[in-house]
Amino acid sequence: MTPASSPYDDGTIAEIISSHAHLEGPLLPMLHALQESFGVIPEAAHAPLCKALTITRAELKGVISFYHDFREKPAGKHVLKICRAEACQSMGGTALAERLLEKLGLDWHGTTPDGKLTVEPVYCLGLCACAPAAMLDEKLIARADEARVEKALAAKKTGGSA
Amino acid sequence: MKDFIIPWENGTGIQDDIDRGTPAKTGKPVTLTIDGMEITVPEGTSVMRAASELGIQVPKLCATDSLEAFGSCRLCAVEIEGRRGTPASCTTPVHAGMKVHTQTDKLRRIRKGVMELYISDHPLDCLTCSANGDCELQDMAGAVGLRDVRYKAPKNAPLANHFETRNTSGEANPEWLPKDDSNPYFSYDPSKCIVCNRCVRACEEVQGTFALTIEGRGFDSRVAVGAENFLASDCVSCGACVQACPTATLQEKSVIEMGTPDRSVVTTCAYCGVGCSFKAEMQGDQLVRMVPYKHGKANRGHSCVKGRFAYGYATHKDRILSPMVRDSVDQPWREVSWNEALSFAAKKLVGLQQKYGQKSIGVITSSRCTNEETYLVQKLTRAVFGNNNTDTCARVCHSPTGYGLGQTFGTSAGTQDFDSVEKSDVVVVIGANPTDGHPVFASRLRKRLREGAKLIVVDPRRIDLLETPHLNEAHHLPLKPGTNVAVVSALGHVIVTEGLYDETFIAERCDVDAWEDYKAFISDERHAPEATEALTGVPALALREAARAYAQGGNGAIYYGLGVTEHSQGSTTVMAIANLAMMTGNIGRQGVGVNPLRGQNNVQGSCDMGSFPHELPGYRHVKLPEVRKIFEDTWGVELDAEPGLRIPNMLDAAVDGTFKGLYCQGEDILQSDPDTKHVAAGLAAMECVIVHDLFLNETANYAHVFLPGSSFLEKEGTFTNAERRINRVRKVMAPKNGYEDWEVTQMLANAVLKETGGKPWSYAHPAEIMAEIAATTPSFAGVDYTVLEEKGSVQWPCNEEHPDGTPLMHVDGFVRGKGRFIVTEYIATDEKSGPRFPLLLTTGRILSQYNVGAQTRRTENSVWHDQDVLEIHPHDAENRGLRDGDWVRLASRSGETSLRVKITDRVSPGVVYTTFHHPDTQANVITTDYSDWATNCPEYKVTAVQVSPSNGPSEWQERYNAQAEQSRRIEAAE
Repeated sequence: MTPASSPYDDGTIAEIISSHAHLEGPLLPMLHALQESFGVIPEAAHAPLCKALTITRAELKGVISFYHDFREKPAGKHVLKICRAEACQSMGGTALAERLLEKLGLDWHGTTPDGKLTVEPVYCLGLCACAPAAMLDEKLIARADEARVEKALAAKKTGGSA
Repeated sequence: MKDFIIPWENGTGIQDDIDRGTPAKTGKPVTLTIDGMEITVPEGTSVMRAASELGIQVPKLCATDSLEAFGSCRLCAVEIEGRRGTPASCTTPVHAGMKVHTQTDKLRRIRKGVMELYISDHPLDCLTCSANGDCELQDMAGAVGLRDVRYKAPKNAPLANHFETRNTSGEANPEWLPKDDSNPYFSYDPSKCIVCNRCVRACEEVQGTFALTIEGRGFDSRVAVGAENFLASDCVSCGACVQACPTATLQEKSVIEMGTPDRSVVTTCAYCGVGCSFKAEMQGDQLVRMVPYKHGKANRGHSCVKGRFAYGYATHKDRILSPMVRDSVDQPWREVSWNEALSFAAKKLVGLQQKYGQKSIGVITSSRCTNEETYLVQKLTRAVFGNNNTDTCARVCHSPTGYGLGQTFGTSAGTQDFDSVEKSDVVVVIGANPTDGHPVFASRLRKRLREGAKLIVVDPRRIDLLETPHLNEAHHLPLKPGTNVAVVSALGHVIVTEGLYDETFIAERCDVDAWEDYKAFISDERHAPEATEALTGVPALALREAARAYAQGGNGAIYYGLGVTEHSQGSTTVMAIANLAMMTGNIGRQGVGVNPLRGQNNVQGSCDMGSFPHELPGYRHVKLPEVRKIFEDTWGVELDAEPGLRIPNMLDAAVDGTFKGLYCQGEDILQSDPDTKHVAAGLAAMECVIVHDLFLNETANYAHVFLPGSSFLEKEGTFTNAERRINRVRKVMAPKNGYEDWEVTQMLANAVLKETGGKPWSYAHPAEIMAEIAATTPSFAGVDYTVLEEKGSVQWPCNEEHPDGTPLMHVDGFVRGKGRFIVTEYIATDEKSGPRFPLLLTTGRILSQYNVGAQTRRTENSVWHDQDVLEIHPHDAENRGLRDGDWVRLASRSGETSLRVKITDRVSPGVVYTTFHHPDTQANVITTDYSDWATNCPEYKVTAVQVSPSNGPSEWQERYNAQAEQSRRIEAAE
């Protein structure tokens, strides 16, 4: 049972679970839908998920922790992902990431104090031919450099001038 | 078990324990060549296993033969002619004509490289490691010839390993995790983990609890539980993960403390009726650990927390090692020599018989002791005391099974072996809680449920089996306590009236007249689920669906427990269950049957051995002169033809002043039998109570002679489990009290015979007792210790007809000839809830504790359950203003006690539930003296009670504790 103060509504959780229950392999779709609704996988959803799928809390933990995109804590309003895989590294991705983090005053996985931006590492966006690569929310940034990333950030009115 | 393999003596019949990497398969033979040698194995076998059978051990880390192949460690790579690459031998099945090479230069290089990577993230502290000498990682490093590890953490960079606590500049290594020592029996040290997944897979595949997982991925992967530590998690401490772990990551604390064992003896667990085979791994006469024996046919290499870990009671300081006597129970105990104690007891017993008559004394045999010991105890009363006053704790558990199955099928035992469950399609569990009471069987059942078998549970509580991870179709019929007959008959009604019965089976195998009578009876509308719904609380539709699932779902197996037998209509329910199995043709093959889940390690055996007052060994009535003659000839005495007293009759007679002396072996009737006050009054009225036990138990509070007992680790003998399997119990250490229990009984018999001038007994070994059992009892005719050594175990009947024993009963026809349907009219118990006692109490067990707790309370198992609690539905709790954890007064017509409540919707409204593991709760103060109409089995499972708030222990509990303390005093030695 969720305490009354929980921001995550039991009814919505139950509805998300039941609306995906008919799928084959429904756990990942359920987790995606929960994160879509709440921005996180709320702990309040763990017990109902386990019950609905007859899985244990350990199994659920194993799945959630396997995918870095499933969050326990909410991210900032926007998420910037910078690729740290080999192709991007070879094209200066590491230096780019360091500079951007320094400018934003953040460490990996950090969120700006105004809650607008979170920066995360990602291992390959499939844009190796146009490395280094980054992604702001759903939008890919090819041949990323400081200027391109900042421009994209400015378009979201977040952190661009930092 | 790591890879710790102790070579077996030749000729013991005990199979070696070598780990063949992947499970055995069945299939048509396939011949292949491995390293130039030909081998034929069943289809589906892995290349790794085939090689192992040739004596070639392919290096491996993630494979072990209790688990399906996983293929993650890459150490077991082989080369196969005509195939590219180096496939993993564990995941590659054999193929006809395949030519495999397990050792080539290429493979050697690959394996060395793989090993080097493993060791780069593993500490090199082998000499001080708890797995030293018992570590597969160590062995594999040796086997692949690893001589150097080139991968080191770069200078001035964070450590890229999980095992060093600090880096060179003294900063904490964020990847290092501390040990989890929360479980009392084993520790989890993440720094030694190679993430082979064996523990996670063992928890899933073998135990079925799914308490473990791999958290994170890649380099961050860690073995984790679903909570903050092992103790707080879903882990049930079965130890399968510890056994599967190839390193010191999951390790028994006893091994950490003592070191590796140096010898190993196969024996049988002394807890529940599953009868698991274990290797007792020893250093000298010190037990280092218990490891389930892979070739044990009941458990197939698995165990529960009790069998594997809860053996500490055997060396507990509370054990009494010296005989003691006293003239009256208000005196302190006086330690005396064996001779003095035995002669004191014998004189008293003989004196009582002279004064009050031959039938004024009797015995209670133990379902915890061996067959041979039980046989001697009943022989003591029949041949030495000259009466049939023998009874056993089976009276209070499975006596209705004996009666009910005897009447319908012709034998008083379960029909299947445990392997049978692997072939079941629908499993009905009635009044049993296997995950707690019979955990190893529950694991085997859960495996089948995960494979898709349907589950039907008939129980007032939502038992854990219904919460099985990855369970498919399940039906729960939450009946009101005491309405078993109505529910099982309603199932029969649906099957008959909907035409779902097996006409051919009935016509061929059953008594057709009895069937016609039964059919007419059960078809009556009063048995319809709609008619009984109000009475039983089970929704009619749910019941109909369950009946259809059982009748139409393929192989249907019924397993039941004390929730069936411990009722005023216990025997009737057993017969109703037998009817269900017969009408659906679910008898006589794998996957079906009727199976009582026996509570105690040797309850089957104690019944077989003639513990009941009306039956000589082999369930033959004492009134039959031809049966008496067999024993009269063997024992050289004349036997009484009159059945003796049952336990409740002994107690009644004691209160009336006609029953005066009792020899009670390995049973605590004061705590375990119903209506404690009546039991206490009966014991108090006796003039000579002899308690033969490990501990000063509750019954000993009223005893005059205490004879110290020996634990199962200290004796030779046999136990018979719930599948009629006769398993050897082997002595791994000398009896701490000086004598094995059968020797003590023999000494007592001889002390009495000395007084009466009879010929003394002269058994030199339990094998001689078994020889006498075999000579006198047809179903045991083929059993002897040589056969048991050769075969490991046999299931009775074992005789000329069945020289290898009998895994399945009633295969070609019922033992009694034709299966007999018996009409099962529901008659409500006299124990009814009403305004004064509005709730129904039912009792049961919990996983970590066993029965009256005499053993498990003296182990670390109490961390899981340190007191009995009363489960109550939130609705009933709210009506009474109760909060979780409050003290409550629990009262019935018989008495009252106090304990704490646990609020849960696992019980239905109107039903409360508790366990009886702790003497200071004394749940049996509450239970009444109502009992089964046929067998006197007490009605533990239904008591009308009231629950009200309370401040703490009741006055009765305090008085009881004061009396117990007073009567346990032992006089200081002079």
